[in-house]
Amino acid sequence: MSNQDVRQDTMLLVEDLSFSYSGKKALNQLNFSINSAECTILLGPNGAGKSTLFSLITRLYDSHHGKIELCGFDVKKQTGQALSKLGVVFQQTTLDMDLTVMQNLRYHTALHGMGRKIAQQRIQQELERLNMYERRSEKVRQLNGGHRRRVEIARALLHKPSLLLLDEPTVGLDVPSRESIVKHVHQLVSEHGLAVLWASHLIDEIYQDDQLIVLNKGEIKAKGNISDVLKITNTSSINDAFKYLTQGEAK
Amino acid sequence: MNGLHYWRAMWGIIVRELMRFVRQRERFISALVRPLIWLFIFAAGFRATLGLAIIPPYETYILYEVYITPGLIGMIQLFNGMQSSLSMVYDREMGSMRILMVCPLPRWFLLASKLIAGVAVSIVQVYVFLIIAWFYDIEAPLEGYLWIFPALILSGLMLGALGLLLSSFIKQLENFAGVMNFVIFPMFFMSTALYPLWKMKESSEVLHHLAHYNPFSQAVELIRFALYGQFNESAFVYTLIAFVIFMMAAVLGYNPSKGMMMKKGGR
Repeated sequence: MSNQDVRQDTMLLVEDLSFSYSGKKALNQLNFSINSAECTILLGPNGAGKSTLFSLITRLYDSHHGKIELCGFDVKKQTGQALSKLGVVFQQTTLDMDLTVMQNLRYHTALHGMGRKIAQQRIQQELERLNMYERRSEKVRQLNGGHRRRVEIARALLHKPSLLLLDEPTVGLDVPSRESIVKHVHQLVSEHGLAVLWASHLIDEIYQDDQLIVLNKGEIKAKGNISDVLKITNTSSINDAFKYLTQGEAK
Repeated sequence: MNGLHYWRAMWGIIVRELMRFVRQRERFISALVRPLIWLFIFAAGFRATLGLAIIPPYETYILYEVYITPGLIGMIQLFNGMQSSLSMVYDREMGSMRILMVCPLPRWFLLASKLIAGVAVSIVQVYVFLIIAWFYDIEAPLEGYLWIFPALILSGLMLGALGLLLSSFIKQLENFAGVMNFVIFPMFFMSTALYPLWKMKESSEVLHHLAHYNPFSQAVELIRFALYGQFNESAFVYTLIAFVIFMMAAVLGYNPSKGMMMKKGGR
């Protein structure tokens, strides 16, 4: 494979990324990349820097050190092109509670400049995939937490992004809802070649083929597939490896 | 990204704002009741104590209610501007601001669209207020109702941009009450909305200057003259400049590498 090919496959590239709040380092020298058809789980305890990293990728903050590229576009210099390749599900619900599912999704398609016909088509496709299409006229307030999340995932995919960011999307959901969302996202990766970066602190959301990045106190402690991480930490389960990488530091 | 994309996004933002407005009927009613209380109660009681000389744009002696009407229109827009920025703070706390900010359009454009959507809402409120005032015998010349439209756009943009600027500084919803006290009240009372400038000079020279340079006064004068089919050039220029300054500062405030997004100097 030539260098060019590798480059085309890289959906997210983070190089030497550091960030501080008021002089306190939140992220320190992060380096990693995510390829298409790859689900990368960003594991870390609360306060590890996961949300800061997401804010930098989505350009809510600007980094002064390092580089972030989405599909080859520099987030700082080619913001528009970079963001058009990105779908995001934030930790908090970002739906308008008193508007219907359809109205919420229409707002998103408008922001992405999609015409009415295409918008309608895409909304139907994404909602049907999550068995939510028949509930399109209901107000979001009437939906339960799991269904709201589904709507948000559908929304994040409407403009066909190449990279999907999920910031702890299953927090506060019951087990069946969690499982169905985890399964759905992994399907998107394997069937549609989507690149996914999924922030989590729940070990059981990891599939065998997933890539892992373990973040603690703003630094990457380990990265690679599951067997890589187990080898580095000399442990037999991800749970132990995670404890070793995050709690060892705390002692 | 092309022109159509921009247009669709702006339209989407305006439609969302109008849908929210329709949904929050209490907001509409309270926005209307506020100036009506001033008009029906305050102005009626106050007119006996305040003698008004003939000053432009009026050509004859007028009732205090007539004088105060443009000021109350300004008040509607002032409150609306602050309210839409309040909703921005709310949006930010609730996270829906993030959805707007990660869409692939320049931030200044998104903020401008938000602003225009807010102005559209305020103009609807103003015309409803004017219709009610009409039945209370506060009648301006018919063409005044036409001329006031462009004036409302500019004054609405200026006051909305001020709200936007303030919202970029406010981190939490709770702090907004302070802004109401420190911005809305001083701006309103230190202006020509309730009393003419010359009258103020009689009691305090300082107050007179403050009121004169208060952008809200200028917006009110712009509206006052427009309502009588006249163009107040200095008020127009002043309001326009104030709008440009507030808007630029607001865009800066929402810039990811500066302003509130950095939460005090992240590097």
